[in-house]
Amino acid sequence: MDWLNVRNQRRTVANIQSCALLAVCLWGVGAVAYDGGAEAQAEIGVLPVQGNVYMLVGADGNVTIQVGEEGVLIVDTLREELSDRLLATIRELSDGPIRYLISTHAHADNTGGNATIAQAGSNIAGGNVLGAIADAGETAKIIAHENVLISMSAAETPLPFAAWPTDTYFTDRKEVFFNGEAVQVLHQPAAHTDGDSIVFFRRSDVISTGDIFLTTHYPYIDRDNGGTYQGIIDALNRIIDLTVPADRQEGGTMVIPGQGRLCDEADVVEYRDMLTIIRDRIRYLLGQGASLREVLDARPTLDYDGRYGADSGSWTTVQFITAIYEEMS
Amino acid sequence: MRRITCGLVALVAGFMCFPAFGQYDLSGEWSPRYHEDQPERIPGPDMVEFQGIPINEAGRLRGLSWSPSLLTVPEHQCKPHPSDYAHRGPGRMRIWNEYDSASQQLIAIHTRLRWQAPERTIWMDGRAHPPEYAAHTWQGFSTGRWDGEMLTVTTTHLKQGWYRRNGLARSDRAHVTEHFIRHDNYLTQIVIIDDPVYLTEPFIRTNNWVLDPRQQIAPYLCDIVVEVDRPQGTVPHYLPGQNPFLEEHADRYQLPLEGVLGGAETTYPEFIE
Repeated sequence: MDWLNVRNQRRTVANIQSCALLAVCLWGVGAVAYDGGAEAQAEIGVLPVQGNVYMLVGADGNVTIQVGEEGVLIVDTLREELSDRLLATIRELSDGPIRYLISTHAHADNTGGNATIAQAGSNIAGGNVLGAIADAGETAKIIAHENVLISMSAAETPLPFAAWPTDTYFTDRKEVFFNGEAVQVLHQPAAHTDGDSIVFFRRSDVISTGDIFLTTHYPYIDRDNGGTYQGIIDALNRIIDLTVPADRQEGGTMVIPGQGRLCDEADVVEYRDMLTIIRDRIRYLLGQGASLREVLDARPTLDYDGRYGADSGSWTTVQFITAIYEEMS
Repeated sequence: MRRITCGLVALVAGFMCFPAFGQYDLSGEWSPRYHEDQPERIPGPDMVEFQGIPINEAGRLRGLSWSPSLLTVPEHQCKPHPSDYAHRGPGRMRIWNEYDSASQQLIAIHTRLRWQAPERTIWMDGRAHPPEYAAHTWQGFSTGRWDGEMLTVTTTHLKQGWYRRNGLARSDRAHVTEHFIRHDNYLTQIVIIDDPVYLTEPFIRTNNWVLDPRQQIAPYLCDIVVEVDRPQGTVPHYLPGQNPFLEEHADRYQLPLEGVLGGAETTYPEFIE
């Protein structure tokens, strides 16, 4: 699709105008999905956030999409097996060209749909690039910090080449101007992993955090891939710096977490407070010479376990405390 | 025949003008009465005054870890009371109704309180609550129904809040049921909070108002300022076992410490004995 074609632009505008109504309808679908059984858990809910930005809600992760006259920009793509459903959901919101994917980190539950979604899109290429790389314009660009590419390409069971980032950055940020707004991709070193990006939609006033911030459980610290607990706290403080609440510490800049519900600054503050308090408790116990066993027995997360803890699954409370202990030891 | 038909039409139309069964008007300016729990509500609770609330072990630790200095942190300064607590504070309240202009059906009941001026909408049009992944707010998402002349309100999607303004946290997973009952110029609210994270059983309390047509509610502004120069990310709190106010309330009122630490048992009169 030629994005400069006026007729297509008009069609895209019409699609945007119908988005609000469609999204309201899909809200209802999402509500049904949330309370449904296992099959319904695979449904992807749609939540209009503000400005050009929507939050798509999968069973174990969120996708952020920005829709406008120039096309579609997508942040994270869920697991591979959900990619067709994700693409169908995106297409219900816009049939404009998918131009950009941004991977906030390398994990497969965030990059699994990269290949399918990118191949459904295209980007603008010309001049020497098209001469040197014949297929340069045939897929959407996949933007990520270069550590994401390193991690994905070095994985024991790597995702297909088509899922890898095509446009990496190694500085503290990358900037894109798309659909009439500045989009900042901000690197947050050594947080959830060593390749985390926070995506800030400046005109829509929405931040997409990746798995640095969740409302469902304690943050997963991927120490094997350069993640650190203090880095996650630093990232949350950076998000709090970026957000500006509207009235009465509510609304204003909206925050889409990697998993869980739509948030604003106050929600990030509560999560930051919790992680800071837990850090201080474990640091104090370490200062007293406590062993890991003694730290676990002291239950330094007791007051938050009912909300964020887990006794089973892939990231238990014991694993969480152990990771902090080992980092701080 | 035409007269009979016209009469029937007028009769039916007349019935249609009546409000739904049991619908009752709560609108007006309501002045709060603080006879109930006055020391807790107006001067404010002491630190570690947890009695009478069925908190669990996690809730108690949250409360014991809380430092009032947290409220000097800029991002905490302008938080309003959430809707399940707001009526406990300076609770001058305005209630007004919103009607659909064509059908004259009640769409929503709105409230506004004085402190931090929170405005709240109670939807009366039968709409569903949004999915869990929608944003949570200080006032939450509320729907209401008439049980006779009593308004029953169900609220979800609350941000994390508090049971008392001394650090006893209420989780964002709480489900709140309220009953508003009007007796002439008196209004009583019964609040029932179910919180799977910090309570062992539902917490119930009541608030009262008197109709006051002369009441005015002034605007309420809140500007965030840096009150204490601290490193970024500082979160004041007490480490476990190090709350310096642990025994202050108990000593002041000559109560046993176990009595002020809260829990379901402290909500029953037998506990005093």
